[in-house]
Amino acid sequence: MKTAPRVLVVGAAGFVVSCRQAGVLDPQGPIASAERLLLINATEIMLVVVVPVILATLGFAWWYRSSNLRASRSPDWAYQGSIEFVVWSIPALVVILLGGVCWISAHQLDPRAPIPSDVKPLQVDVVSLDWKWLFIYPDQRIATLNQLVIPAGTPVDFHLTSATVMNSFFVPQLGSQIYTMAGMATHLNLLADNPGEYPGLSTNFSGDGFSDMRFTVTAIPAGDFDGWVAKVQGAGSALDDPGYAALTKASSAVPPTTYRSVDPKLFERIVDQTALDPDNARAGTAWCPTVARVGG
Amino acid sequence: MFGRLTWDAIPFNEPIPLLTSAVVGIIVLAVLGTITRKGWWPYLWKEWLTSVDHKRIGVMYVFLALVMLLRGFSDAIMMRSQQAIAVGGAEGYLPPDHYDQIFSAHGTIMIFFVAMPFVIGLMNFVVPLQLGVRDVAFPVLNSVSFWLTASGMLLVNLSLFIGNFARTGWMGYPPLSELAFSPDVGVDYYLWSLQISGIGTLLAGVNMVTTILKLRAPGMTYFRMPVFCWTALASNMLIIAAFPILTATFVMLLLDRYVGMHFFTNDGGGSAMMYVNLFWAWGHPEVYILILPAFGVFSEVIATFSGKALFGYRSMVLATLAICVLSFMVWLHHFFTMGAGADVNAFFGIMSMIIAVPTGVKIFNWLFTLFHGRVVFTTPVLFSIGFMVTFVIGGMTGVLLAVPPVDFVVHNSVFLVAHFHNVIIGGVLFGVIAGYNYWFPKAFGFTLDERFGKASFWCWLTGFYLAFMPLYVLGLMGMPRRLQHIADTSWRPLLLVAELGAVVIFCGILCQIAQLVVSIRTRERRRDLTGDPWNGRTLEWATSSPPPPYNFAVLPEVETIDAFWEMKRTGRTAVEPVYEAIEVPRNTPTGFITAFFAVMLGFAGIWHIWWMAIIGLLAAAITALVFGWSENREQEIPAAELARMERTRLALERSA
Repeated sequence: MKTAPRVLVVGAAGFVVSCRQAGVLDPQGPIASAERLLLINATEIMLVVVVPVILATLGFAWWYRSSNLRASRSPDWAYQGSIEFVVWSIPALVVILLGGVCWISAHQLDPRAPIPSDVKPLQVDVVSLDWKWLFIYPDQRIATLNQLVIPAGTPVDFHLTSATVMNSFFVPQLGSQIYTMAGMATHLNLLADNPGEYPGLSTNFSGDGFSDMRFTVTAIPAGDFDGWVAKVQGAGSALDDPGYAALTKASSAVPPTTYRSVDPKLFERIVDQTALDPDNARAGTAWCPTVARVGG
Repeated sequence: MFGRLTWDAIPFNEPIPLLTSAVVGIIVLAVLGTITRKGWWPYLWKEWLTSVDHKRIGVMYVFLALVMLLRGFSDAIMMRSQQAIAVGGAEGYLPPDHYDQIFSAHGTIMIFFVAMPFVIGLMNFVVPLQLGVRDVAFPVLNSVSFWLTASGMLLVNLSLFIGNFARTGWMGYPPLSELAFSPDVGVDYYLWSLQISGIGTLLAGVNMVTTILKLRAPGMTYFRMPVFCWTALASNMLIIAAFPILTATFVMLLLDRYVGMHFFTNDGGGSAMMYVNLFWAWGHPEVYILILPAFGVFSEVIATFSGKALFGYRSMVLATLAICVLSFMVWLHHFFTMGAGADVNAFFGIMSMIIAVPTGVKIFNWLFTLFHGRVVFTTPVLFSIGFMVTFVIGGMTGVLLAVPPVDFVVHNSVFLVAHFHNVIIGGVLFGVIAGYNYWFPKAFGFTLDERFGKASFWCWLTGFYLAFMPLYVLGLMGMPRRLQHIADTSWRPLLLVAELGAVVIFCGILCQIAQLVVSIRTRERRRDLTGDPWNGRTLEWATSSPPPPYNFAVLPEVETIDAFWEMKRTGRTAVEPVYEAIEVPRNTPTGFITAFFAVMLGFAGIWHIWWMAIIGLLAAAITALVFGWSENREQEIPAAELARMERTRLALERSA
């Protein structure tokens, strides 16, 4: 008799703990924290109206059931101006409040807006491939595949594109996701407060290997970052054009890799769609109606 | 000769599709065999397949929607099972290429071939009756619309047996849906079936708007129309404005795929973003095309079973029209994460929130309709109350998603999936099931069983909460939609709860089947001879159940809102009118034949069998032309005959 409630309590507690440990509800950076706060505040504002409405629905329906002899009835009562005024006002007021929240937060948390910080941002170029993530560090001239290492406490300025179909780059604990699309670059600014490992993924369906389009973001102490860069520069292979061409072939669940050097302009060439065609680099062919790439 | 169609198109080496094909094939053959053996073909052909009666067409729409609900639900429970099994290292029982087809088919079928035909079917059946008229404006066009929808359905289901369906999700976003990434026929099945059924839907919209604007009973001004007619008007105006966008968008994608154009390709100057914008410029109004008539059903049901007029009728009409207009100004909220910038995102976020105002007003007005009412807890009422409670939760998460930075962290997650199932199951589906229970006696002359009806409600309600509340939580935990296998084992408990929810919903569907079977078997006991089983307020209850082919022998004179309620109060129903001869349209196989050739065109297009496509297109056009030049399309019911029929009917009604 006594164990059942205890199991329930422990189960519920475990459930709450497991929820708190993951995803959007466990932010690890200023963007994600602000977004969680917004989520909670907006929910609370609406619950002020939603909970009474639910209770009133159940209450009215039950009290005015046909078998209740104590309920008063007025079958012809179908309009009252004051009530109409109130029922238009309540949702309107909520929406005016939330609309303000919406306008301000959309500007404060614009993915393109740099994160105010004394530390110089790190630039990372992100490329979605079938079905893996390529991260290029143009200033460090290195690249990684399916793993992202960033210094904690340093804003990261992401430039993103796709070498294939549309994907969406998302690290739930760091905040905002953004689409990656071929032939154009999107921008995103994120920051990890503390060292740690945070799962990242694609959220926009991109084909058969989509479920494995995951990567780990490892935030390391800012002082260790140069050491990590040096280590990457000193080992492994370089990402040259044939190497990149091989990456564009579809494959999934590819183990994380690092590349000791990379063309710092690779990202621009991928956006231009000339990365696979070095002879035509920067010739502007991407916008000419060439022969369709069909049947591929 | 047969284009790309070869024996490889039949899934001989894939056990699941092959088994499904075999079972479905056997069922279809059994049904056709039974019809043949019992000699029902002449009856079916004369009374149903060639019928131009809006009531029969409405019933056929709803029948197809219910059949497709089974198909769409099979997909759903397969997906839930796959996600419950394939956690950790497990791969589950559906490989990615099959799983991807299943979720794409689930979305496509549930939106286009369950929700749409169900809603259109109800409007088709109810609107002319509520307006107090004899049919829709263009009865034969109505038949053509229905059969084109059926053609689309047939093509979608053919993809089970011949070839495969799209693996792109139900939105078919390029570049994934372009030839470079989806070279097989899956996307072509998607495009051709939706193009053909979309034309049917557009024609149905034109028909319904014309009917409401031009054909109303004498005295029925706009502000005396039942609220369901208002919502039908708004919904069909949205169809007329929105569906051409979808058709044009799909034409562009077809041109990309068939003749190598570059509307949405990665190269050659194409822009997939244009597709996404156009798709949702149709897609968001589509949401309101579905939900507005459901709102109409709730308005009718709550007023009728509270024994009260709907509270705030003019507010309701105004709210409906406000939603109708605003629904075209919010499409960008489906892709805040595309990087449009803060001003654009904030504008569309606020516009989306503004839609919550008229929707909130509706909820409050239903609340005040219950207030001081005399509420009878029938199945439709349970679905309505369940809707009000569930829908405000879905509305709340909807407004959350309208805040761009909140959307940035839950977009494309199962939180989003939970949100739209919350409003589509809790809103549209509860609405159409309430409408099905409410108007069934009008259509067939006997009521549906209440015990199974209520059991189905409780299963649907608890099943919905079990299946989708965990998805809200999982979405916040960072789970994206459309995962074929799941690495994070901490998600498993909630996925199992969601699976349980799907099983409970399945019980709800079984209860609905049982409800129908039991009701048919006990129909003699549950006959509705009065034509007015619920003490209704609007004109559909003023005629018998089922109504005669001409609905009303003499068009009713309307003096107020809730016209039939007023007639009952003033006793005007008792006076026998003077009968005059009326003309009713003759049945015609035009719709059926057009659809036959439309299927031929679609199938040939999918498989690049060009000679057959040309035959299909020409034959469909010729069918329409032959009908256009035909004469003798109507038959007259003489006054004496009409009077005899009406007296028999009224005598039966009085004896009840």
